[in-house]
Amino acid sequence: MKHLLSAADLDAATATLVLDTAAEMAGIAGREVKKLPTLRGRTVVNLFYEDSTRTRISFEAAAKRLSADVINFSAKGSSVSKGESLKDTALTLQAMGADAVVIRHPASGAPHRLATWVEGSVLNAGDGTHEHPTQALLDAYTMRSRLGRLAGLKVAVVGDVLHSRVARSNVALLATLGAKVTLVGPPTLIPVDLQTQVSYDLDAVLPDADVVMMLRVQRERMNDSYFPSEREYARRYGLDGPRMRKLPEHAIVMHPGPMNRGMEIAPEVADSARSTIVEQVANGVSVRMAVLYLLLGGKP
Amino acid sequence: MKYLIKGVSVLGRPKTDLLIRDGVIQQGDAKGAEVLDGDGLVALPGLVDLHTHLREPGREDAETVESGSRAAALGGYTAVCAMANTSPVADTAGVVEQVYRLGREAGLVDVQPIGAVTVGLAGERLAELGAMATSAAAVRVFSDDGHCVSDPKLMRRALEYVKAFDGVIAQHAEEPRLTEGAQMHEGEVATRLGLTGWPAVAEEATRARAVRLAEHVGPRLHVCHVSTAGSVEVLRHAKARGVRVTAEVTPHHLLLTDERATSYDPVFKVNPPLRTAADVSALRAALKEGVIDIVATDHAPHAVEDKECEWAYARPGMLGLETALSIALSVLGEDWDLIAERMSRAPARIAGLSGHGHDPVPGAPANLTLVDPAARRGGGPGRGAPPRPHPRPPRPAPPPPAVPSTRRSRPPAAATPPTRA
Repeated sequence: MKHLLSAADLDAATATLVLDTAAEMAGIAGREVKKLPTLRGRTVVNLFYEDSTRTRISFEAAAKRLSADVINFSAKGSSVSKGESLKDTALTLQAMGADAVVIRHPASGAPHRLATWVEGSVLNAGDGTHEHPTQALLDAYTMRSRLGRLAGLKVAVVGDVLHSRVARSNVALLATLGAKVTLVGPPTLIPVDLQTQVSYDLDAVLPDADVVMMLRVQRERMNDSYFPSEREYARRYGLDGPRMRKLPEHAIVMHPGPMNRGMEIAPEVADSARSTIVEQVANGVSVRMAVLYLLLGGKP
Repeated sequence: MKYLIKGVSVLGRPKTDLLIRDGVIQQGDAKGAEVLDGDGLVALPGLVDLHTHLREPGREDAETVESGSRAAALGGYTAVCAMANTSPVADTAGVVEQVYRLGREAGLVDVQPIGAVTVGLAGERLAELGAMATSAAAVRVFSDDGHCVSDPKLMRRALEYVKAFDGVIAQHAEEPRLTEGAQMHEGEVATRLGLTGWPAVAEEATRARAVRLAEHVGPRLHVCHVSTAGSVEVLRHAKARGVRVTAEVTPHHLLLTDERATSYDPVFKVNPPLRTAADVSALRAALKEGVIDIVATDHAPHAVEDKECEWAYARPGMLGLETALSIALSVLGEDWDLIAERMSRAPARIAGLSGHGHDPVPGAPANLTLVDPAARRGGGPGRGAPPRPHPRPPRPAPPPPAVPSTRRSRPPAAATPPTRA
């Protein structure tokens, strides 16, 4: 594995290797000294063209726990705001000896372009409405650690699938790992031709789901007539207490964050015992450690 | 100045000699003529491109009338119609005359300017179509191309107005509200890649409306770069009803599909976008059948930095002048009469270019192309035209026969698409 550009590029063996390695990395988080010398002397650049708190911090923590040198490059206040092209920025990072570039970018496919211009590894930390592969890996890790398996799990992905890179990566990875995904949302927000089961009725899907993954729904979407109002969206597709109680006993509720409490998820649900939202953040660091470790040449 | 082309096959017929004098193909004494060996070559009426972007004035870093003329001559064209989306826009007699004059100065092919339909391509009010028609450039084709005249009333008026001088409106069909932010064909690949879709219906609905408007007010309508099977059906029905509509298809829409976007290389970004395999086969069939009248390149060069970037930030457009004939041959086969019809006679008729589109026989103007049937011209990223500048060759008034290629390269089916990235 040279780059991690898309969850769709991972075969089952590689994905499982990442999850198993992440489990080992998670052990380190419990230690007093949360650090391994593995990537000492290696340079990881966080190249963020979009605001992001949790993903950038998560990658930074992951690289630092592996003793890599971390350079944070944010598009604001940098040469990018002066109009520098992605290619020129890539060549600059290349000249500085970046061993890995973690990129978050508003344009779908930007990491693919970057990978053609730099020699180091490229990690996609979210590109436009395309993919967010480490999010899918940490979600899979969370499901596996809570429910003990992935094969055969019934996963409902609910909300704005059309604009969600989290959904795309999850659909690809979960299919590879043998879970059954159902996309749920208003027809305006479910893309055409995604090779997955689709339902427009959340209540019908819940009683049979092992996992419900709620996606963030941006309020601006209603200005483009994807749905009439926040209230109607929450009523039809929001996960509230009564709906949560339709789930089987063992089922978990996930959300990639940041949440719109009261919109797609009620506070009662977000703070319930079924919710894995805080766990997902912790698992994110372990999974990103595993990915950096495997990309930069480690073997478990 | 006299030329004698020896042993050439006119449109695949038995070998003959062609004598060219004073810009006309003649019979008679060949003494003193410069002899060109035509052995193994096929003579076609010079190719005519109804849809070329030459970028001058305004984006001379991407293409100039001179560099575009060279690409055209290399591809076997003797005339190209230069689209109006320059800067300033070709929406006045002054600008179209400037482009026309630059074409004469380059002297390699006839450059026939296309005029904008609306002022500044803004889609708000008619440009001075009559002034452009009566200018030295004698404009007959008007188009807002990529901007599309989306206002139905304005489209109706334009169609009516140009009847006074037998003009034709060439329409790029795109309902702008359905293509906001669109990056590629809407479908399975776009969904997978997370790129905003450009739905086929945005083209087809606009085509249907344009055809009905033309039917209502009675003038000629030309539809630019048909890209979907649904548009082919719209055209088929319109022609069956007797509507005076003609249509073009680009080489890239005959060859490539939306799968190419998987690389995120914006070389494959074009408007209208590359569609599906089903669309490609419908377009190929329609071109053979005549539902689509012509091949037009939509040759649209860009500066390197406008393609060497993120897909969403790249400008749409592909190159076509140098490779169109190879692609047409791969689609239509060596049916020389059909090639001549789709790439020379019909486009010359639509554009009103009376000096072009004539089979190279005695009495015809000497706008002809010699083709090596075995040669194929491929393209690919970084394989653009040779760098400028190139001293303009001294030349008699009529353009000389253009030889598209004597270089043998990969066949187009296996070639990466034409581009100057």
